[in-house]
Amino acid sequence: MKKVVRGFYSIAHSVKLCKPNVIAAYPITPQTEIVENLAKMYSNGELGDCEYVTAESEFGAASILVGASAAGARTFTATCSQGLVLMSEVLLNAAGMRLPIVIVNTNRALSAPLSIWNDHQDSMLLRDGGLIQIHVETNQEAHDMVPLAFKVAENPRVMLPFMVNMDGFKLTHAYEPVDLLDQEIVDSFLPPYEPPVYMTTKNPLTFGSYAPPHCYAEFRVTLQNAMMRALDEIEKAYKDWAEITGRYWGGHAVGEYTDDAELVVVSMGSLTGMVRDVVNEMRREGKKVGLLKLRTFRPFPVKEVRNALKNANKILVFERAVSFGYEGPVGIEVKSAIFGFTPEFYSFAVGLGGRDVPREEIVKIIGDVYEGKVEQGFHFGTIKEFEEVVV
Amino acid sequence: MIDILVEVRFHGRGGQGVVTAADMLAVAGFKDGYYTLSFPTFGAEKRGTPVASFLRLSDEPIVTRDEIYHPDYVVVMDPTVIGPVKVESGLKDGGKIIANYPKGSEDLRRSMGIDAEVYTINATKMAMEYLGRPITNSAMVGAFVGASGVVKLDSLIETVYEWFGNKELAEKNVKLIKEAYSYMKEVCRW
Repeated sequence: MKKVVRGFYSIAHSVKLCKPNVIAAYPITPQTEIVENLAKMYSNGELGDCEYVTAESEFGAASILVGASAAGARTFTATCSQGLVLMSEVLLNAAGMRLPIVIVNTNRALSAPLSIWNDHQDSMLLRDGGLIQIHVETNQEAHDMVPLAFKVAENPRVMLPFMVNMDGFKLTHAYEPVDLLDQEIVDSFLPPYEPPVYMTTKNPLTFGSYAPPHCYAEFRVTLQNAMMRALDEIEKAYKDWAEITGRYWGGHAVGEYTDDAELVVVSMGSLTGMVRDVVNEMRREGKKVGLLKLRTFRPFPVKEVRNALKNANKILVFERAVSFGYEGPVGIEVKSAIFGFTPEFYSFAVGLGGRDVPREEIVKIIGDVYEGKVEQGFHFGTIKEFEEVVV
Repeated sequence: MIDILVEVRFHGRGGQGVVTAADMLAVAGFKDGYYTLSFPTFGAEKRGTPVASFLRLSDEPIVTRDEIYHPDYVVVMDPTVIGPVKVESGLKDGGKIIANYPKGSEDLRRSMGIDAEVYTINATKMAMEYLGRPITNSAMVGAFVGASGVVKLDSLIETVYEWFGNKELAEKNVKLIKEAYSYMKEVCRW
């Protein structure tokens, strides 16, 4: 049923339908209302036999889920920013232990200085951590990706934590129409979790034990293999989802007008809708621009990105984070994926720490790059004049 | 470019329901068949600090999530933000300002020194009368619908009943909305 709901609710509703066994969380803006909604559902008895644990910290929340997942439970948490950083030691362990915990990360900037607002700096920190990471454009997409995350994470060929990234505030705090799933549809897509191995008090197991040099590398090979297998398993899950719901989200990376575009603009997350709107407008004016919406960030969809960018003379990446000392993290990945091609390359970090990105800014950046008014390389978007004190 | 039918910016202070006003209209507008999007400015949510929220209604799915710089309507929940906050900023030609203000429309228009259409309503007084509290969002939502006709009154009322779990409270707010709606409809004579 299509309803206007707030982003938080679109996630909580979807999580409920996935019938998790254990939810553990610690509040942090702008995530809090996701778990508040779930806590309310729990207290109303809507979550069946699910255990809802309010942890003492994000470190505690993730640790509880590691234990629960190792015991065979379907597990969920939501967090962001400093919370994700605090969780990260445990989540990296969860990846190594191959525990299919599902996390919704409501992307938010990192300290210092303190910022509660949106950018992608938090999830980028876990780029190399062995977690599957996708980014969504709308609350509908976020809503749909939760069952998909459980399905892929718990796939015996994958068995990895899965992090769904949605832009904090821009999506979480927005009311917009979402076609809310019903139980029957989710049940037909997502079977109960059948862990290949799990511990019980009668059958104790060790997860993540000491691995000396003679065997550590092999565990890491299997982690890499699982990530690479996830590429296909995610695609299969998207197709199954489309058959059941009629909504196909287009795979790992969705290209528009990329066949004949001189300039392809790459975007990830909630900014993409506006970028598409600008690209469409420029097309109507006869300008050869295209869009590549990047959805999967880990595993990185090299084949799709390479294919979509093979004809472009210019590539422009909108970044929502910075890899300090190099450039924007998405641009780094995109350039690596197109190794051997020699287009002009531009990237712009916009909307850092929640600075609004007006449509005019997108129009100007794309227009300037298209017309060759910008130097190649990494740039920051709108920045005020200020004096940097270097002592 | 997606043709946004209506863009509305709400100004007020934390605690007056500035965010809820936009959200309720997003729900009500969807009942009328529009695609809708509402979202707040994202400050530290403290009572008393200036707050803004945004509402878009369109015939097409809404993809622009930037703040509203050129509104068709500005709705002001609290007279004391006028001045400290440049509420009229970027108002489109032909746009309207609908303000909670104790004096007449012409008074406010002159004191703001602007040419735009300004319509005032004493929403604080109305809210005190109906709710016993100076929470002005219901009155201003009613006033907005009265002034603009953008959302149907019935859809708004249906939304209010869904929104408030407490039926008695919903009824009080509905009465307040109807009063503000009728007043503003009369003032704007559409």
